[in-house]
Amino acid sequence: MSVTQTTTRREPTAEPGTHRRPQGAGGERPNWLGGAVSWLWLAVVIVPIYWIVITSFKAQSTYYASNPLAPPGEPTLANYKMVIESDFPLYFLNSLIVTIGAVVPAVAVAFMAAYAIVRGGAGRFLRGVNSLFLMGLAIPLQATIIPVYLIIIRLHLYDSLMGLILPSIAFAIPLSVLVLSNFIRDVPKELFESMRLDGAGEVKTLWRLAFPLTRPAVVTVTIYNALTIWNGFLLPLILTQSPDKRTLPLALWTFQGQFSVNVPAVLASVVLTSLPILILYVVGRRQLLSGLTAGFSK
Amino acid sequence: MTAFAPPARPGPPPAATREARGGVLPWLAVPALVIFVGFGVIPLLGVLFLSFTSWDGLGEIHLSGLTSWRAVLADPGLPHALWVTFLVMAASWAFQTPASILIGVFLAGRQRYRAVLAVLFFIPLLLSQAAIAIAYKALLDPNFGLGAGLHIDLLSQDWLGRPVLAFSTVIFVVSWQFIPFHSLIYQGGVRQIPRSMYEAAEIDGAGRVRKFFSITLPQLKYTIITSSTLMVVGSLTFFDLIFVLTAGGPGDATRVLALDMYKRGFQANLMGPASAIAVILVLVGLALALLLRRLGGRNPGASQLEGA
Repeated sequence: MSVTQTTTRREPTAEPGTHRRPQGAGGERPNWLGGAVSWLWLAVVIVPIYWIVITSFKAQSTYYASNPLAPPGEPTLANYKMVIESDFPLYFLNSLIVTIGAVVPAVAVAFMAAYAIVRGGAGRFLRGVNSLFLMGLAIPLQATIIPVYLIIIRLHLYDSLMGLILPSIAFAIPLSVLVLSNFIRDVPKELFESMRLDGAGEVKTLWRLAFPLTRPAVVTVTIYNALTIWNGFLLPLILTQSPDKRTLPLALWTFQGQFSVNVPAVLASVVLTSLPILILYVVGRRQLLSGLTAGFSK
Repeated sequence: MTAFAPPARPGPPPAATREARGGVLPWLAVPALVIFVGFGVIPLLGVLFLSFTSWDGLGEIHLSGLTSWRAVLADPGLPHALWVTFLVMAASWAFQTPASILIGVFLAGRQRYRAVLAVLFFIPLLLSQAAIAIAYKALLDPNFGLGAGLHIDLLSQDWLGRPVLAFSTVIFVVSWQFIPFHSLIYQGGVRQIPRSMYEAAEIDGAGRVRKFFSITLPQLKYTIITSSTLMVVGSLTFFDLIFVLTAGGPGDATRVLALDMYKRGFQANLMGPASAIAVILVLVGLALALLLRRLGGRNPGASQLEGA
């Protein structure tokens, strides 16, 4: 599938920072240009993040007067309190329901399909299914949004979380099938053969052999899809209407419309919506990064 | 063993075994197929159908022949949107690619402090585009933003209020989010280059620059193609970020195709013309993907699999 994915698969410890292998990019002298660009870009990445975080702890009254890059003299949680009181927990719950509700079935059906494609791919039907999913990788989500909107209306799912879940599953399937089938293909054929000799059927083989052996790939695909759906903006924007059906990114946008002059409050909402992912990142950085690159052929 | 042949293997498996497993296996693919056809394939065909109709998004759908297409193709907004889309694509590619290669090569090295760099470096990838756009809108505000607070005139411009500045800001914010990602891809690519190639070059007395241009860059060819494909095809779908950051403005300076489709469809309630734009979006995307694949001379995805 890809260079990086192969790397992460072969070397489960591969992670920026812990990899110990002879330097690929040249001799012993330091790479000044690469280092300069990397550190410069690191600053470009960090300064806005730092600014967002410190500003979110400043009181609105002191924000305009203070040096924007100085940490707050008297840190306050007032902004966070205000954001949380404006129905933030509800939007958080909506995002959680949509993400879990879409990712679990998406990975499950994609795994079954990937297994079928790898094990019975010689058949005409499964070959066709495989080509269809590969073609699906090239469909941009935005381009199909109008008919999706029409279908959701006709199914009477407009303005419901279910209406967000179904298209999210569909859009997650092609890439998940591709990544998972690549990994299932790596399971030694002898193992399938011995399962068959033991009299195990396909469903049992899937559950007892293929699934445990490809668990890292399943984790990776799950993380990638969860991140994509958690951050999704277009589907909630078009398929919901009522405030109580908003997911976090959409709520963030409307919040910004209401409180645009209160910069610290807006930034507190940005921090709060990103916090769950950042916590996940701290806990499982390696899986998260390999999840991101596994999805990169999208 | 033949019964377990992978799909690529020539020669059909024995009829008896295929039949025996033909029972269960295809059924395992059915749930995924049904959902994908329902919310992927049918919408794709539906968008073509809807481009030949008039619909306001609420009422009845009427067939209207080529009316929508005529309206869209005669509208100067279309060439403009195509041009802006192309500019976003070209500029974001030209800015991100050299930076990502340099950073990727650096990250693939053995520097000890790299771990520190890596942790914070990838955060932008995790944030939603809506959150990033909102944070930058506040940061770049000419009156209340970072530049104004630091009293640096150069930084306190009306970043989103003037066409060229707004366009550049979009490119910058896109790069801010995606350079870490592409650096990661290049890092993986660089690590796969055999060390022996560099050793041979060192024996021949090649310097760092020479090694970069004679070994690293040619060896990264397929990584460059993969990364460029993602950038180019991905740039067609920048919606969230531009929608929240500039909403296509000022005027229509940053009105890319995807945004043009949204505005025609969901703001002007002209679903027919919006569907025609969507069809154009699909065609442009497919054409670009094919072009880049031809450029590579092979399918990078498939060949990597075989080589693995």
